[in-house]
Amino acid sequence: MTKRGLIDEVVKRFPRFSRREAEVMVNAVFDSLTSALTRGERIEIRGFGSFVVKNRQAREGRNPKTGALVDVHAKRVPFFKVGKELRLRVDGKPWTPADSDEP
Amino acid sequence: MTMTKADIVERIYEKVGFSKKEATEVVEAIFELLKERLEQGEKVKVSGFGNFVVNEKRPRKGRNPQTGQEIVISGRRVLTFKASQVLKKTMNGGSPPSATGSAT
Repeated sequence: MTKRGLIDEVVKRFPRFSRREAEVMVNAVFDSLTSALTRGERIEIRGFGSFVVKNRQAREGRNPKTGALVDVHAKRVPFFKVGKELRLRVDGKPWTPADSDEP
Repeated sequence: MTMTKADIVERIYEKVGFSKKEATEVVEAIFELLKERLEQGEKVKVSGFGNFVVNEKRPRKGRNPQTGQEIVISGRRVLTFKASQVLKKTMNGGSPPSATGSAT
């Protein structure tokens, strides 16, 4: 499924919204996530998972093609940790809402 | 600071102007839809953000680090997230995400 498919599903589930409105809402969800990560914030979606930002130090790397040394700048990378409910559901394991005391 | 579903609801509420109850319903539905697809082993691709992919892990041998006893770690399905280049760039001072509502 792509973002477009997700928008279609939202329209199907909420016929009172126009496709345009569904599109704005779906985009707003992912824009919120993106801006939180850009601010270096953690995100916690209960039952789904959490996103954390890890800081990578600058290092010297090599261009694998030429072998030349290059400076790799420090950077921030996003990490996703799947939440308990989704981890169990993906693995086909039984899951009850009572277990949902963890992200 | 940690962002939660409530913060996302707030953002949608400000942006679209439906009631807070409606915004909450939609945010819940979006995450539930993602979960349903992933549960079926389907890949979910969100352009500009990243891909959620379900991977099949084969059973393998492991060891109980405390007792040293060999055990079989059963096969399982796991979910991984691969961030898009756009997200990584934005997080590192690249251009901000495109305006909400832009074409998918």
